[in-house]
Amino acid sequence: MKMKGADILIECLKRENIGVIFGYPGGSVLPIFDSLYDAGLKFVLTRHEQAAAHAADGYARATGRPGVCLATSGPGATNLTTGLATAYMDSIPVVAITGQVKTSLIGNDAFQEADVTGITRSITKHNYLVKDVKDLALIIREAFWIASTGRPGPVLVDIPVDVQQQECEFVWPEQVCIRSYRPTLFGHPGQVKKAAKMISSARRPLIYAGGGVITSGAHNELRELAEKINAPVTWTLMGIGGFPATHKLSLGMLGMHGTAYANHAIMESDLIIAVGARFDDRVTGRIDVFAPSAKIIHIDIDPASISKNVKVDIPMVGDARNVLGQLLEELKSCPDTGEWLKTLDGWKKKYPMVYKESGRIKPQYVIEQIDAASKGKALISTEVGQNQMWAAQWYKYDYPRTFISSGGLGTMGFGFPAAMGVKVAYPERIVFDIAGDGSIQMNIQELATCVSNKINVKIAILNNGYLGMVRQWQELFYKRRYSHTALLNPDFVKLAKSYGAEGIRVTKKEEVRPAIEKAIEIDNVVMIDFRIEPEENVFPMVPAGEAINRMIGGMA
Amino acid sequence: MRHTISILVENKFGVLARIAGLFSARGYNIISLSVSETLDPSISYLTMVVDTRDEKVLEQVKKQLNKLIDVITVTDFTKKDYIDRELMMIKVSCTAGDKAALESLAKKWGAGVTHCRGNTAIVEIVGDQEKLKKTLEEAKRFNIKELVRAGKIAMATGDLTPKSKTA
Repeated sequence: MKMKGADILIECLKRENIGVIFGYPGGSVLPIFDSLYDAGLKFVLTRHEQAAAHAADGYARATGRPGVCLATSGPGATNLTTGLATAYMDSIPVVAITGQVKTSLIGNDAFQEADVTGITRSITKHNYLVKDVKDLALIIREAFWIASTGRPGPVLVDIPVDVQQQECEFVWPEQVCIRSYRPTLFGHPGQVKKAAKMISSARRPLIYAGGGVITSGAHNELRELAEKINAPVTWTLMGIGGFPATHKLSLGMLGMHGTAYANHAIMESDLIIAVGARFDDRVTGRIDVFAPSAKIIHIDIDPASISKNVKVDIPMVGDARNVLGQLLEELKSCPDTGEWLKTLDGWKKKYPMVYKESGRIKPQYVIEQIDAASKGKALISTEVGQNQMWAAQWYKYDYPRTFISSGGLGTMGFGFPAAMGVKVAYPERIVFDIAGDGSIQMNIQELATCVSNKINVKIAILNNGYLGMVRQWQELFYKRRYSHTALLNPDFVKLAKSYGAEGIRVTKKEEVRPAIEKAIEIDNVVMIDFRIEPEENVFPMVPAGEAINRMIGGMA
Repeated sequence: MRHTISILVENKFGVLARIAGLFSARGYNIISLSVSETLDPSISYLTMVVDTRDEKVLEQVKKQLNKLIDVITVTDFTKKDYIDRELMMIKVSCTAGDKAALESLAKKWGAGVTHCRGNTAIVEIVGDQEKLKKTLEEAKRFNIKELVRAGKIAMATGDLTPKSKTA
């Protein structure tokens, strides 16, 4: 059957079983929007293209399925870029569709023209410019395949407006075969054998779990391994939820704002089993003294992650879930870790995670109360900065895909639109965006999207009147010279109300829990303005470039 | 250290930009580059020479080249046996009297005087870097008006052929 390019696109999206498109119309995508008019596909009109990209990303993080966003050429597409870069850094499957000016005008500085495949080359896993409508169906199929397999990532498809209008015979490609793209899925059997042997003879093994555990759905295998070999587990920001925080073998997050005991464990361990993690600088601290006495086993789907920052003894390239399965099968005998676990218990008692009470609201307390009020079952997204670290430290995540945060790129303004994507995927779940008063204002226009689509996200603003994390660094490393970090903020309660959302202000500790419960109960978007201790810091903290056991603050 | 790297890629628009981008993003200069179709017209063969002070960075770049969807194979010839060739064309001014001298020199170089019109002649020479360097020195006794060199191409000796990505 002959079909127009725009209709082919919509048909392909349906066959890919996408749940929703987040997007924004414009001149170069009019044919696509015309096809969408009666396509029966769920579409969420955001108020900014950046939010569409983050929402698609949030949807993907929560469900594990590719998120889809759509924008017009030129400024529409350039507004997507921060969202694409965010998804790229955290390996999130997103498919972005952009309109492009007519094929004959490309390169002419036409109205709303930008070289979008050029601009997004280094922030996408792959991208396409569709020059012929006959290629469109295969390209869309490949885009979804590339985005969601191997190490996932965003893929952009740029479709000139005339290609959207051209007709051709629609052929659905049943299979995708890209000869130059074949991710390695299983670990090399020889390496697996060696790793199993090394684990058996370890005395102080430590599992270091990253985002790859979440991506590959390896949480059950990870838990099985930890319990089988009785090894403690620490995780990165991206690995949160990959291992139950309330488990007795859990050490919490490691790195710059990790627990003291996790960081000490890294320095004392004799075998680190890294699963789907990439030894990021925020995790390793000073690299030349990282884990001085440990051998390292590294499981990762991306060969480029192996021995990038830290020399690895046994690399295993493959899907984390598969490789852990292979490893479990291969493990003949398990190490005796009794002494090691006793040492760790000692550190847990000596350096507990604590914060000092004061007369004012403590942000840590707010997070604990959100955890308690939601019985640990909420889906949490965060902005970036202190709010993100407190949300990572003080909520106990027991399940994968429940902590949605921009790890690699550290994108302020991510949390709220991402929460939108999460809520669209799971309308029955409680979804909280833990925000700062700075970050929330970077995509605050999405209140309109939420209210008009009844996407009842709850926003907890930890309002300290500062760009808190930058202020913290200025306090600690720049002699308290608070250069341009104090904020004069709007009245968030009135602001929420003007959008048709609910606003609650909380100024006293005893109001915290009732406000959270009320927010959960109200059948609307709710923004809570928690007026917290203005100069509270995130502790413990490893100063940039220090060894990770050289922590300041807290009890460490 | 100079590395000669060959890359088999899908013969599509945009591929070269992706490859070049991995080098330029790190502030690395590509010293020479040559691209052309292979026996299979859907595949292009690309040879590049890059200079790096940090071997670890180059190792990372090679892994990332391999990650590009359109890249089929990456081979670094540095520690392998291979043959490489470059093509150089020199335009010199030569009077009728010079012509015999030029032709005898060209013969010595294994080169050819491919074009001779009026007072100029074009000589083409194929060889490895060392040979081209020597030839150029000798050619300087003529008045060189123009010099063009193609990027280096390289091929491994023996049975070694580029393997495609592992399944």
